[in-house]
Amino acid sequence: MKKNFSLLSHRAGAAFLAPAAALVGVFVLLPFFWVIFVSFTNRTLLGKTALNPDFVGLANYFQLFDPATFFTRGQFGFSLILTTQFVLLSALVGQALLGLLLAWLMQTIPPALKRIVETAVIAAWILPEVVIGFAWFAFLDYDNGTLNMILRGLGLPAGDFLLQQPFWVIVIFNTWRGAAFSMMLFNSAFASIPPSYFQAADVAGASSWQKFRDIGLPLIRGHVVTDLILITMWTFNVFTPFILTNGGPSYRTELLSIYNYRIAFREFDFGKGAAVGVIIMLINLAFALIYLSFGRKKAKAVQE
Amino acid sequence: MRLSFGQLLARIGFSALAAIIGILFALPLIWFIFAPFNARAELGIAIPDPWTLQNFMTVFGNGFAMRGLLNSLIQSVGGVILVAAAATLAAYALSRSSIPGKSMITYILLLFSSVVSGTAAMVPIFLIVSSVGLMDTHIAVILVFAGGLLPTAMFILRDFIDGIPKTYEESAMVAGASPVQAFFDVALPVIRPGIVVVVVWAFVNIWGSFLIPFILLRSDDLMPSSVAIYSFYSEAGTPIVTLLAAYSLIYSLPVVALYLFVSWKFGFRFFGGIKA
Repeated sequence: MKKNFSLLSHRAGAAFLAPAAALVGVFVLLPFFWVIFVSFTNRTLLGKTALNPDFVGLANYFQLFDPATFFTRGQFGFSLILTTQFVLLSALVGQALLGLLLAWLMQTIPPALKRIVETAVIAAWILPEVVIGFAWFAFLDYDNGTLNMILRGLGLPAGDFLLQQPFWVIVIFNTWRGAAFSMMLFNSAFASIPPSYFQAADVAGASSWQKFRDIGLPLIRGHVVTDLILITMWTFNVFTPFILTNGGPSYRTELLSIYNYRIAFREFDFGKGAAVGVIIMLINLAFALIYLSFGRKKAKAVQE
Repeated sequence: MRLSFGQLLARIGFSALAAIIGILFALPLIWFIFAPFNARAELGIAIPDPWTLQNFMTVFGNGFAMRGLLNSLIQSVGGVILVAAAATLAAYALSRSSIPGKSMITYILLLFSSVVSGTAAMVPIFLIVSSVGLMDTHIAVILVFAGGLLPTAMFILRDFIDGIPKTYEESAMVAGASPVQAFFDVALPVIRPGIVVVVVWAFVNIWGSFLIPFILLRSDDLMPSSVAIYSFYSEAGTPIVTLLAAYSLIYSLPVVALYLFVSWKFGFRFFGGIKA
């Protein structure tokens, strides 16, 4: 038998690949190129330019980056900055730190308590987004909502947070919604550290913080980077806050995903919407390349 | 092992902190334990008096709501079958054949699947679906999800198949089986747990999704639950809380059941990217 004997001939392999290739080709690869093409036209959903769009060059991009309106609420620049803040606060600070804290706590607390806490955190993550959106709508209700009930019970002022602090609401909402992923990733990362390392530290009388800083964190560094890149990409593309706030009030929670939806499907400006899509994809591409090059480096290190 | 006083204190502190975080996570969901069973539920937490299934009866009597659950099921099952079948075949080919550029294909797949998100691609997806005349059909939603979920599904399955020794199929082929027979009769049964993971993952993703059906569907009788749930708002835009609560609970059940199934069957430690 030849050394590089393969089980499938090229022809059979190609046949096995064909259905997936067709689906991915039409619904993943084609949209990538199509959106670039559409972004150079003035295509609309309705009207004359729906069927016969004109080539407008970079006009859509100039419109997005028009310095006169760039930072205005409801415009592209405002949305881009808002999304950056949203990602920084809710993913990199909120989800990652909370996930890390939870995963570390899970190492020491009694199993019964661990199971209960994990259930609550994971429930926030697995339930369908419209259900979660409605749960938060009820939770934040000014007159009867659970949050204001608690605040009043504690003698603190109640608030209509969806109107007063909509941005902080979606930041906390997204932290709550997504912390489970980081928690589970870090949990399995900590579990892969040989217990003898921690036992040795125990014998030497190390505190939990010292063990975390000197053993736990350095050994899961690779997982932390993986986690940060993944949650950044997901949070950057998330549409769920739309269910809670509709992007409002007055565009104050209009993330890029929601802005893109409004331009394309409420204002029917497909050309401009496509240009927003292209920019979102370029940013995604940057993160994906960082992630993949990082993964390759790791794979190489394992092989060596 | 004896704990010093300080260590004991630290342990109690850790447990207390974990408990507080757990409570904070549970708070927005506690409402769902009571409201579905309360015929006079409002947005506040109230113990039902009496506990009743009346809200569920109203939901079951609402044709549009039930139709939504059926539509969710059609779209999820359709998408899952396509994803699982196409991903298994493709992952097997990537793992077992010597097609040139295999690693390149995997790399490109990973790259594009993370770059072309539903958010970025909503305009071209809408245009592609409408140009092939599939606007406002179940099949459009199914195909779009199948395409979008396939790269990750293939990646999960390829990892899984790579971990299975080739000797299984080789011995079958030495005994005279064709490659296709070796795949169906020998490899497939061994890959099955990996396929179960992909099936559950894809189902949860499609079942819960809002944006794609929201963009691609127009007719009321095609809407999945995630969109149909908005029919429980009055004309003024205020929610009919009792029905929404009961419907949300019914709609969440399959996801919760699958989660429990996976954690019972595989031990829910870590699960790659169960969400797209």
